[in-house]
Parts: sequence; C-alpha cells; structure tokens
Amino acid sequence: MSGLWILAGVTLREAARRKILWTALLAAVLLLAIFAVALRFQVAEFEGRPMSPFVRYQVESGMLMVGLYTCDLLAVVMTILTSIDTLAGEISSGTIHAIATKPIARWQILTGKFLGFAAMVTAYVAITFWSTVAVAFAVTGVLPEHAFHGMVLIVAECIVALSVTFLLGTRFSTLTCGVLALGLQGVAFMGGWLEQVSGFSQSTQIVTLGVLSSLIMPTESLWRRAAYEMQTPLAGSLSFSPFANVSIPSVTAVVYAGGYFVFILGAAMVSLNRRDL
Amino acid sequence: MFGSRVAVSDLSLTVNRGEIFGFLGPNGAGKSTSIKMLLGLVRPTGGHAEVLGLPAGDVDARRQIGFLPEDFRFYDWLTAAELLHLHGRLCGMSADRLRTRVPEVLELVGIVQHADRLLRGFSKGMLQRLGLGQALIHEPQIVFLDEPTSGLDPIGRRMVRDVIRAQRDRGATVFLNSHLLSEVEITCDRVAFIKDGEVIAARDLRTSSAEGFHVTAQVANLSPSGLAQLAGLVRAPRYEDEQLTFDVSSQDVLPEIVRLLVASGADVYRLTPEPLALEDLFVKLVGEDRGL
Repeated sequence: MSGLWILAGVTLREAARRKILWTALLAAVLLLAIFAVALRFQVAEFEGRPMSPFVRYQVESGMLMVGLYTCDLLAVVMTILTSIDTLAGEISSGTIHAIATKPIARWQILTGKFLGFAAMVTAYVAITFWSTVAVAFAVTGVLPEHAFHGMVLIVAECIVALSVTFLLGTRFSTLTCGVLALGLQGVAFMGGWLEQVSGFSQSTQIVTLGVLSSLIMPTESLWRRAAYEMQTPLAGSLSFSPFANVSIPSVTAVVYAGGYFVFILGAAMVSLNRRDL
Repeated sequence: MFGSRVAVSDLSLTVNRGEIFGFLGPNGAGKSTSIKMLLGLVRPTGGHAEVLGLPAGDVDARRQIGFLPEDFRFYDWLTAAELLHLHGRLCGMSADRLRTRVPEVLELVGIVQHADRLLRGFSKGMLQRLGLGQALIHEPQIVFLDEPTSGLDPIGRRMVRDVIRAQRDRGATVFLNSHLLSEVEITCDRVAFIKDGEVIAARDLRTSSAEGFHVTAQVANLSPSGLAQLAGLVRAPRYEDEQLTFDVSSQDVLPEIVRLLVASGADVYRLTPEPLALEDLFVKLVGEDRGL
C-alpha cells in the first residue's frame, strides 16, 4: 500500500477518534429534530383548513429545501473547520517533519490527507442529506426531485471548499486559514445573492459582480444548482430565497467549479512542494 | 536564505559510512537547518548535497534514512504501538514484519510497557524515546538525531548512547546533532564544529584520545621576543603576571617549549599540562558567551 493510501486511512481514523466529526453529527441530529418538529406543526396546521393539494405540495417542498439548505451550510462549515488545521497545524508544530522525511513525495502527503477528508465529508453529507430527505418524507410524504444529483452537487461543493482550505493551509497559520476560508465562503454567498437579485433588477453591473464573486469561490453556485435540480419545477418562479432559484447556475458553472477544484488542488501541491518545512 | 537573513552559508563536510558523526555549534549556527537540507525539508538556494550517493531529499535516499526531529511530536490520538506501525508502513515495511518489529523497537527505547497508551499522556522524555523508535523502525542506513537526549533523564541518556552505538555496530551511520558535549565526546567517532554556517574545525575522536592539552605555566622574565617565538609552536599563548597559558596538541612538544623559554632568558618555575576536553575546545573554537 503506498504512502498516499496509508495517510488517507490515518486521516479517516483521526476523524473517527477525535470529537470533531461526532460533534458535527450531533449538530446535524439537533437540526434535524428541529426540522422534523417544524414540519409536523406545518402539517397539523394544513390539516385544519381546506387547501389545494398542489399548493400544499409546493409549501412542503419549500420547507424540505430549507432543511436541505441547512444541511448544506452545516456540511460546508464542518468541512472547513475540520480540515483547516491539518496542514497548517502540522507545519507549524513540526509534526510534518516526521512524515515528510519518510520515502513519500509531498504531493502524496497532501493527496492522501485530502482523500481522507473527502471520504469523511462524503459520508457526512450522505448521512445528513438522506436523513433530512427521510424525515421530510416521513412527515409530509414529499420527496425532492433528482435527489441524487442534489447530493452529489453538495458533496462537490464541500470538496471545492476542502481544496481551498488545503491550499491556504500550505502557506498560512491555522487561524489565518480559517478566517480566509470562511471569508471566501462569504464571498460565494454574496455572489449567489447578487445573482438572485439580478434576476429581478436586470442590472448588468450586479450580474457581473455576482458572477465575479462566484468565480472567486464557486461553492454557493454549486448549492444553487443543487437547489435547482431538487426543487419543484414551479418553485423557481414562486419564491426568492437561497433555497430556490431565480437565476440558475448553468452547467458551465458546474464545469467551471470542477476546473477550479483541479487548479486549486494542483496549486496546493505545488505550494507545499516548494516551501521549506 | 530566510528573507534577508542568511541561514547556513558555506558549510562543507563529508560524513563517512558507518561512523557516528557529531555536529556541534552554538544556537543559530545552522545545525538543524543543515540537517533539514540533507533530509529535503529545506531546499538550499545554492550548493549541492548528497546522501548515500543520491541528491539530498531524494525519495529513494529517504528510504534509508531515519530522522528524530529536535522536538518530536505526533498525533496524540495514536498509541505508541500504532505510531510505530504507521511510521513503519510509511517506510514501506509489511504489516507482517511490523508485528515483530514494533515490540522490538518499543523494548529497545524502553517504553514497551506503554505500548497501548495514547501519546496524549506521554511526557517529553517518553515522546523522545518514541521519536527515536520511529527513526529506527526500518533499520535505516543513516540515522539523523537532532538533540536526542534533550528531554531525557540520565538513564534515558544512557539508553540513547547504547542505541547509537548499536546502530554503528550494525553498520549504520549516525549523524548526531547535540549541545551536550560530554555525551558527544563519549559517543562520537568524529565531530565537526560549525559557527555561522561555516565548518570551523573537525576532529577525529578515535585517533586523538584527548583534544590536546591546555598548559598553565609559572614563568618569570618572559621577553616579548620569547613570547613571539613560542607562538610559532603553540596555540593561543597568553602571558600575564608571570602566568603563561597556551594549548598544544601533544605533550611531546613540552621539553622543546621549556628549552625555548629558558634560551630566551625566561625563568620557568612550574608547567602543568591538562587534557583539553571537547567542551574547552568548543568554547575556544566557537568563542565564549554565544548563548549556548
């Protein structure tokens, strides 16, 4: 087994033994409980008055999207917070010295750790995503459209965020990395909203600014694509919120995010390779 | 170069296979950085280094290298045995081989009773023992030890000394970086003194049992010309208040020195040679008050 896979395994083992992953899962369970109770109240309220099944379906689908959006936010933040220390911390503490002097190339160290985190994040998203879908189905009987596409896009979003924290970790301290990574996530969020607003205001400057923000950090556009895939066909034209879409990221935006990920991870490898440890 | 500060400079040295080599120098002399260059952790901006005939930092060369960093730390959620297992795997050892090798190494560094304890509860000394273990797990041809005894008690130091000698006995090379000169003196075959990135002296401790002698003499009426003549025969002569001090590499030159002094018109009352310890040599070469 090459060093790359050994390190991927250790990274996974670390996640399981330390409290980070379990804390994040506990947070997800709490949110899920709140979500289930809220859905239950909504259903009880609907049962008390006459209502067209179509409208009821739209509202309940909308609530499911709120649940999935919460699940998405939690996954991205969990991805950033759990991985932020892995390179930055090991470089500053000197822990990496004992690994980087083993017969294993630096790009393999980075890739091994990356794969470990990617596997953890994928498992986390899968658990929280399908739990949310299951709770919503149990309470309301509503299922999202193209759920699998949506989940894959959320995983992709987390993996893009992961590549960014890895790149930052090769050069900055843990704290600086955290601030920068969350800041970039803020830029992505702003970009998403600006593009949404542009759907109403028709301002080309706002569109440009929104697109630019999404180019700097394409995570949010992946969520918005996921939301588009999962929402009911009508929802987009009815609501204006981050859970639904007025302006839909194109397939090109998804492809861009893929290219962005490859570039950022490659840059992280070069950056780690070139620095003194 | 780190920013505008030169780190290490014209250092040049050769370490032979199968020897215990001591690398001595004051803080900031460039010892750790030199080791890091040989291991490929730091890239030199100029110059050339080879380890086992391969460029420094080469992955194949690293297969034959063990390294104990100065302040060894590792994932505190692993147990001692798991840590050694992991490092063994990273060195390309099979799980089968490690089943016997890990307990062996734990025994060697004296922490076999803590095999299943998490590193979280380890003291600095225990971590250092474990660090030494991970450096030796794959029986490398070269072992780099950066201050291996700094966190250890006297028993631990003796263990390190024995382990180092055992490495030489099995034909490995040990590159020892240390402040503890008395340790170096009894362990190393050869030493190099480094200061401001330059190798200022190298000594073979196997051929010269003592690093020369420091001589204190009571001498009256020593003329400046007599002192000047003496300077041709000895190192660092000083004459003050009838007290003459100097260093020589061998006691054989002492009769000649006495003859020279008498011939120059001086009166010699007493002359005492004392073996020069590595520490004296270090202080003389590196200079006093360098923040050791």
